[in-house]
Amino acid sequence: MSHKTIIPIGPYHPLQEEPEFFKLFVEGEKVVDIEVNIGYNHRGIERLAEDRSFDQVTFLVERICGICSTSHPLAYVNAVEDILNIEIPERALYIRSIIAELERIHSHLLWLGLAGHFLGYNTVFMWAWKYREPVLDIFEAVTGNRNHYAMMKPGGIRRDIDDADIPAIMKMANELIPVLDMFKGAVLDDPVIHARTKGIGILTKEDAVKYCALGPTARASGYDIDVRKDEPYAAYDRIKWKMPVQQEGDVFAKAVVRILEMYEAVKIIKDCLKAMPKGPIDANIKEVPPGEGIGRAEAPRGEVFHYVRSDGSNSPVRHKVRAPSYMNVPTCKATVIGESVADATIILAAVDPCYCCTERLSVIDKENDKKLFNGQDLIRLGQEKTKKLQKKKVF
Amino acid sequence: MAKQIISKIKESLGDKILEMEEKSFKRAYLTVDKKDIPTACKFLFEGLDARFIIASALDTRSAIEILYHFSFDRLNKIVSLRTFVDKDNIEIDSIAPIVKAAEWIEREIHELLGVNFKGHPNLVPLLMAEDWPEGKYPLRKD
Repeated sequence: MSHKTIIPIGPYHPLQEEPEFFKLFVEGEKVVDIEVNIGYNHRGIERLAEDRSFDQVTFLVERICGICSTSHPLAYVNAVEDILNIEIPERALYIRSIIAELERIHSHLLWLGLAGHFLGYNTVFMWAWKYREPVLDIFEAVTGNRNHYAMMKPGGIRRDIDDADIPAIMKMANELIPVLDMFKGAVLDDPVIHARTKGIGILTKEDAVKYCALGPTARASGYDIDVRKDEPYAAYDRIKWKMPVQQEGDVFAKAVVRILEMYEAVKIIKDCLKAMPKGPIDANIKEVPPGEGIGRAEAPRGEVFHYVRSDGSNSPVRHKVRAPSYMNVPTCKATVIGESVADATIILAAVDPCYCCTERLSVIDKENDKKLFNGQDLIRLGQEKTKKLQKKKVF
Repeated sequence: MAKQIISKIKESLGDKILEMEEKSFKRAYLTVDKKDIPTACKFLFEGLDARFIIASALDTRSAIEILYHFSFDRLNKIVSLRTFVDKDNIEIDSIAPIVKAAEWIEREIHELLGVNFKGHPNLVPLLMAEDWPEGKYPLRKD
């Protein structure tokens, strides 16, 4: 296909699972500079949104990301509801929280698996993907879909949870706890993982503030921001939950934050199921008046931001989408420089970018601009370092 | 507390604020002239420790409207600075030297709407293909 036939129309940043190109500049084994190029999968979603009706945009933004496919619709409906300034039925708010937290669990498990893979722990990878399945089963029970749940709509949600299903969902949620315990034991108590991740790729709190880092990337550096606490949407202000924060800022702290967040997510889901009142699930919005609105949601990777402007017609005049990685990926400039090449993959993966990102990683010798390693080689290097550590038992 | 933030902004920026709209207790939109944008952003980001969320731009046909969104996380408030850039003189001072996190979004607005950010450290295209023709801006409405 000719290059010219691709016509990118609107600005859109595809979350982490899309290609981003990191260029590492190295001297010997040390990383001295990094260049990040994005835009390989620019789909023009913001421009497309201008041609869709307000209801259709919910489904459009759901397609931005396959992993956190409910964060974008949730932020978008928050933005439209900010224009309207209306009350949403209570039951809908609780169900929104349940969906968002289920998504957090499956996304964090996915990250944990990939992080294990980059470190040479393929068992963790296999486990994570195996135990992600029951989460998708809950999704299927609640929404009818395993991915792209299509639950959100401006004014409420599209599908109710049947009371008869609640005991089964509760049982599945309870069964996640031993799984998380197993991961906590396997990952957080392993001396080799400690040796590979502690003190590696440190993002200081100053840098986190300077780069405006978000989500677990910020919270692992002692920067305690979370939209669920700061601007409570859905039902997050109606139930009690804790925000895990770590101070160290290294790869290990980021893993700890994510694992603890999964426990909180299970707790939130169970509390929401218990506290959910009966009643309508939709405020039945007829039309969107002229105005502008801002909506935010805490995606598994951090704050998702949507800005919607309406002129009173059926579709938005402007729809700006800001995904969390847009702010988190540039922090690698602060974390990866000065580290060794073998640690680069796990550091870049620690902000939770996608598989394709690291696939596109290549190492260039600063002296003669020659390509030394590709993504596969780097994953191999990272895994060999773990094996050496295991043999030497240096910990 | 949230009220104090607004009065602090009013006090410091004074008549630089051309228009102010407090849409709700969570949202405030301030219109400032484009020449005052770096001062205003510096005050919010460094003086009041606000977090820069993102900038968003749109073509209003007569001008390019740029909004700089800042979040006061503890106070549950977003303050958005609104400014207009004329299409005849389509440039504005970059805030990237003050707010590092604005580097990418200014590159994005530059390539999608053609706004020239003066003083940006590296104003090259961010998202679009390398062979995209110069002077064609996909989000422009003219």
